[in-house]
Amino acid sequence: MPALRHQQRQQLYSSRPILLKWLAAAGRAECRQGVEIGQFANWLRQISDIVQRPIRETVGRANMTIVAEFTISSTQVLSPHGEAVGPLPEFARQADELVALYRAMVLTRTFDAKAIALQRTGRLGTYASSLGQEAVSVGVAAAMDASDVLLPSFREHGAQLWRGVTLKELFLYWGGDERGNDFAGPRHDFPTCVPVASHAPHAVGVALAFRLRGEKRAAVCVFGDGATSKGDVAEALNMAGVWKVPAVFIINNNGWAISVPRARQTAAETLAQKAIAAGIPNEQVDGNDVIAVRSVVERALVRAREGHGPSLIEAVSYRLSDHTTADDASRYRDDAEVSQHWSAEPITRLRSYLTRGKLWDKDKEESLLQDCSQTVDRAADEYLATAPLPPMAMFDRIYASLPVDLVEQSSAASALDLGAP
Amino acid sequence: MTELNLVQAVNLALERAMADDSTVIVLGEDVGIDGGVFRATEGLFQRYGEDRVLDTPLAEASIAGISIGLAAQGFRPVAEIQFTGFAYSCIDQLINHASRLRARTRGRLTCPMVLRAPAGGGIKAVEHHSESPEAMFAHIPGLKVVIPSSPARAYGLLLSAIRDPDPVVFLEPTRLYRAAREDVADDGAGLPLERCMVLRTGRDVTLVSWGAMLKETMQAAEQLAADGIEAEVIDVATLKPLDAATILDSVRRTGRLVVVHEAPLTCGYGAEIAARVAEHALTSLLAPVERVAGYDTMMPYPRTEHFYMPNVNRILAAARRAMAYT
Repeated sequence: MPALRHQQRQQLYSSRPILLKWLAAAGRAECRQGVEIGQFANWLRQISDIVQRPIRETVGRANMTIVAEFTISSTQVLSPHGEAVGPLPEFARQADELVALYRAMVLTRTFDAKAIALQRTGRLGTYASSLGQEAVSVGVAAAMDASDVLLPSFREHGAQLWRGVTLKELFLYWGGDERGNDFAGPRHDFPTCVPVASHAPHAVGVALAFRLRGEKRAAVCVFGDGATSKGDVAEALNMAGVWKVPAVFIINNNGWAISVPRARQTAAETLAQKAIAAGIPNEQVDGNDVIAVRSVVERALVRAREGHGPSLIEAVSYRLSDHTTADDASRYRDDAEVSQHWSAEPITRLRSYLTRGKLWDKDKEESLLQDCSQTVDRAADEYLATAPLPPMAMFDRIYASLPVDLVEQSSAASALDLGAP
Repeated sequence: MTELNLVQAVNLALERAMADDSTVIVLGEDVGIDGGVFRATEGLFQRYGEDRVLDTPLAEASIAGISIGLAAQGFRPVAEIQFTGFAYSCIDQLINHASRLRARTRGRLTCPMVLRAPAGGGIKAVEHHSESPEAMFAHIPGLKVVIPSSPARAYGLLLSAIRDPDPVVFLEPTRLYRAAREDVADDGAGLPLERCMVLRTGRDVTLVSWGAMLKETMQAAEQLAADGIEAEVIDVATLKPLDAATILDSVRRTGRLVVVHEAPLTCGYGAEIAARVAEHALTSLLAPVERVAGYDTMMPYPRTEHFYMPNVNRILAAARRAMAYT
């Protein structure tokens, strides 16, 4: 249901007595007092055209007509307890598909724990954890084709891994080595974007390239809730809408932009509705429900590749970790809030569903955990055994060929490698 | 050969680049049916259609951002920003992305884009339309910064900028757009980037400038010649990466250097040139380096902008101070 404007709320309050009278006459239970006014309006809108007409007449002024109305939908397939709350999408009826999603989320979390451990022991740089947000990352990537292009922000390790970036490459990146962005996997994917939201217009450019070449591919851009406050996102959504390019924008809404909670990021009731102003389709999805995420993103991608334009999807999740290893969330966030969100986290949710359906058991779990931890440890060892780039590397990719003007500087840097002061 | 002014030469280079290479795309505000606010893209929309000449929504940062996405996908976008005063919002995209995409991916993704914008004052424009931000762009590693000073050089340098494998900021001196005309051969030949051009040879003093200020610098050189002082005039043309050798070679011969630019003095590009000379040709100097520049003030509104702009007299005075120094 669309958000009520302040003015509409006021008008609705003042006209509630007469609306209640109509509802009572129609024998409706919603006529009781004490209902939140927004909820009350939603009910009114749902029940019948007969009731809607007077609302429109009452809400609007006499000389006003409603020229556009909007709704925001939200999709969930599994409840937090792992019970199916509606029909399963096609892929979710295949056990191997679900197990693959589960494995990918567990691998992502194992990587995450190792990265934090390495950082705490001085062997990795500042690291942004994806703890609790694995379903968004993995679900998005699982919905993509290999030929699509991912433009990730800095918490999408799960998506990168799914698409073929290796654990060693991720460790290299977070360990402060550019070679981590020169991944062997999806060569056309963008590297992690650290400055918030600034990669959103790149996605429009990439998608425009696909449209101009007539390719059935899509650009998938992932950013956080904080990014939606930035002009880059507003501009990118707007341009994507104007040009109807095959781009899917994903808000990985984890509730917190470092210390600023979602409620203080914007007065909007949802972040999905940021797309309304750009005229592009939008929806919310339970971001801790990997089945729902994959399904909703798949739908948007099919639309995009078929030439029906961009969409914005808000995946609602929660940041169970600190912002990064350089952050201490206890300074601004109640532990109680975090504990509460642990009960909705994505991995337990899917495991409960799989276990209930006899697709998973304790043995499989133990063997998976062991596999993941061995794989991650091996990759970490390979990363730690990789010698840093030589000083000349600073120069050898700054331009296609080294400008004469940089020869002197690069020679000086090279000499450092030979022990010069 | 056709006689063209600078904006027509830009148009001709764009036309040539688009004809030669189907990956060249022009985008920006009003570049389509309107042909650009200065008509630099006139006729391109009609010839190449809306898929190659794209009118963008009014969002400068994203014009740069979209170009990065296109470039990473193998296109060669040539983006127009209507005035450099509006290009500041592109700096985030240029610094954080365009200029370092190659380096941070170790060459996996590259960004062969051009960001064109008219620059400089002297046309009595409304505020924010007379900026000279070349030093800001020249401070960004991975970027190239090119400023033409004549129609023929605009044609050749723009072609090279579009063909360059790395991002180029191409600043077109607004004051020269419809000033002098010269013969421009549409031969598709690019002029080398990273090369200063010696516009006039002389043994007594080296005058270094770029863009529109070369007009006054050349006039000053002629007047000095009348007094028997032979000035060498160098058009830097590509500020980044700098062809320092040409400047140093000249200063080693003349022993005197005057740098002329419209941008504010402090941290202006003249400071870089002065530093290079101090580092590599100090013992050749017969006089302190002179900088003739804009002041460290806001670019004044049009009624008083002529007080701000360096003029022939200021250049002459600086050159004569250098000549008189003992």
